[in-house]
Amino acid sequence: MAIELKMPALSPTMEEGTLAKWLKQEGDEIAIGDIIAEIETDKATMEFEAVDEGTLGKILVAEGTEGVKVGTVIAMLAGEGEDASAVADAAPVADVPGEGKDVGREPSEAEISRPNKKSGVKDPEIPHGTNMATVTVREALRDAMAEEMRRDERVFVMGEEVAQYQGAYKVTQGLLDEFGPKRVIDTPITEYGFAGIGTGAAMGGLRPIVEFMTFNFAMQAIDHIINSAAKTNYMSGGQMRCPVVFRGPNGAASRVGAQHSQNYGPWYASVPGLIVIAPYDAADAKGLMKAAIRCEDPVVFLENELVYGRSFELPELDDHVLPIGKARIMREGSDVTIVAYSIAVGLALEAAEQLAGEGIDAEVIDLRTLRPLDKEAILESLAKTNRLVIAEEGWPTCSIASEVVAICMEEGFDHLDAPVTRVCNEDVPLPYAANLEKLALIDTAGIVSAVKKVCYRD
Amino acid sequence: MAKAPKSKAAGSPAENLDFVLHSLQEELDKKKRFDASSDQMLHFYEQMLLIRRFEERAGQLYGLGLIGGFCHLYIGQEAVAVGLQSALTEKLDSVITGYRDHGHMLAYGIDPKVIMAELTGREAGISKGKGGSMHMFSTEHKFYGGHGIVGAQVALGGGLALAHQYNEDGGLCLAYFGDGAANQGQVYETFNMASLWKLPIVFVIENNQYAMGTAVSRSSAETEFYRRGTAFRIPGMKVNGMDVLEVRQAAEIAFKHVRESRGPVLMECETYRYRGHSMSDPAKYRTREEVQDMKDHKDPIEGLKKILIEQGTSEDDLKAIDKDIRKIVSEAADFAENSPEPEASELYTDVLVEEY
Repeated sequence: MAIELKMPALSPTMEEGTLAKWLKQEGDEIAIGDIIAEIETDKATMEFEAVDEGTLGKILVAEGTEGVKVGTVIAMLAGEGEDASAVADAAPVADVPGEGKDVGREPSEAEISRPNKKSGVKDPEIPHGTNMATVTVREALRDAMAEEMRRDERVFVMGEEVAQYQGAYKVTQGLLDEFGPKRVIDTPITEYGFAGIGTGAAMGGLRPIVEFMTFNFAMQAIDHIINSAAKTNYMSGGQMRCPVVFRGPNGAASRVGAQHSQNYGPWYASVPGLIVIAPYDAADAKGLMKAAIRCEDPVVFLENELVYGRSFELPELDDHVLPIGKARIMREGSDVTIVAYSIAVGLALEAAEQLAGEGIDAEVIDLRTLRPLDKEAILESLAKTNRLVIAEEGWPTCSIASEVVAICMEEGFDHLDAPVTRVCNEDVPLPYAANLEKLALIDTAGIVSAVKKVCYRD
Repeated sequence: MAKAPKSKAAGSPAENLDFVLHSLQEELDKKKRFDASSDQMLHFYEQMLLIRRFEERAGQLYGLGLIGGFCHLYIGQEAVAVGLQSALTEKLDSVITGYRDHGHMLAYGIDPKVIMAELTGREAGISKGKGGSMHMFSTEHKFYGGHGIVGAQVALGGGLALAHQYNEDGGLCLAYFGDGAANQGQVYETFNMASLWKLPIVFVIENNQYAMGTAVSRSSAETEFYRRGTAFRIPGMKVNGMDVLEVRQAAEIAFKHVRESRGPVLMECETYRYRGHSMSDPAKYRTREEVQDMKDHKDPIEGLKKILIEQGTSEDDLKAIDKDIRKIVSEAADFAENSPEPEASELYTDVLVEEY
């Protein structure tokens, strides 16, 4: 049977082109790989190569013709044992691009559901009489890793100074002694490389915890966090698992200047395929770290250097694991909601205390997980208080705060009695000078003043 | 100021230490070609021909608008994937590569239908149509992709090798990348850690002479890529990537070294891609004569065909193989063209594994 040679698409955007030149003539023998014609696309002149052998029959589009649509039959090719002159007269019809494509599926709203949504999940009850220990966030994180390493042989820690030095911020203190160098691996200073190795090890079936000395350095490695870890399960149609935890301190520390002081929460929280956790107190740090290590999805776990040394009450349980994706009401209130995460939760609680003295009863919500964000908790609280302020230690532009504002506007508009207000850091690289640094960072006074404003009490 | 010490006398410990850097090359130079049985050779021939015909058809489907986006063909480089992967231990060793990945999957014996259907973005594709040409995986075969970011697969491969070492399963990772990726920083970060930790990994540079449109001499200060591991104490091998028997022999030597826990190997396979970098590449950076010369004198399939005929395989037998392969490829193309696109409900599946 004669083969139709069709105007090829030679780039992802090409719809038509110019048939610049025929390099073979009617009656010529064509071998596979022969260049038959030159075609000009919107970008370049390309060669049109034969993929079948035979004899060139009739040329249907003369050279020099412009605006030839992709898919148009430009010539006929006679196969083995066929008479080329016979196919010369075949009258092919102009074709349409994408012929044979089954594009028959019209997406309907009903078909597109969003899975991975579990509702009604709460923190497990702490049994009555459970002893409450006072521990630092640093110890809580270390204990969470140690417990999970005892539980699952596949869990290991890698990063700069995590082993012999006992952790740059001592979060991995003691792990080398208990688990040995196979499971507590000191890496060279090579973030891109070891983030890739950690991600690959997770794809290979292990459960790596990759420590970044700070998340500022993870910018060198962000390609693996996003392109390799977050997207591969989707791109593989669900075949590739990547149960890795990237963890380390995030956000401003103290007087370390702009390059060491940034909150990456909003960056990672914008990426489908990632789980992003940013706890505040020791109990949440422990319970969510354990959940993160057990999680089948890649997790970015954002800690805070200034909170590492703070002590909190933590229930002494054999296995303290908390649900990912659930916010926590840190303080109940009825007049206004303050949404916060990480270090800003402490500031929000302080602000709430001050406001209580002035007769304003504030509810404080710790988001704990930034992706998936617990919208229900935000909207439920808003429905109760009708006023909402978001406190975030980070830049205001394209922030988690911006996202919360959008959620309130789109889904909580009818409940609003005042504009939702952001309280964030100033929109500048963090300065070094003590006075300027103080001016640039979020503080309790700023939250108090914003709350008064939305309560029309200023 | 004290002078730097002169080079040490022959036979000194330092020299013995350096011996390993070129010992694998010396072993290959002693015997270049793998002693393949005629069955093995016929199998190599079939696999290379399958890749060639599959890719030709993929190019054709691209021209018809059935394949979209980027599509990087493996034509000319077939001997590399076939030679190396034939030496792997099935279900144990892992493989990872970049976006020019169709050939590596076919060399595993993965059904051409599900590969072609992925290229056309159909539900039956190996990634359910959600990955496309550059993002294909088969965890069943321990083939870990299929990665679109140049060089990323090298560090990921280091991680796969770490998993083999951690699990003490005796497996190795084969990590392919191109001469272009060889200039990415993370490649050297990985070399350093792989050598430091003696990871079981074979780094394979498929040097096809052009990083997209830039010839190696215009992009690389050291164009002898097999030497680039020297600073990390990784032994190098330079291999004729147009000769499947030489590639297989090199694989035997390299895999043995790696399986003996002696650390990584860097293998440069000199090869050539006949087509453009991707389907939308006009390939104006090289002459038509250069490409034709390669096809006429270095073609890996023609080369093996010659040996097969010399050893008594008949032209008719080879023609029959070609006919069978054309049929397989035609069926794959028909399947890929006629399979339905993914259901709309697939839009939100596989973003995350768990529910939260």
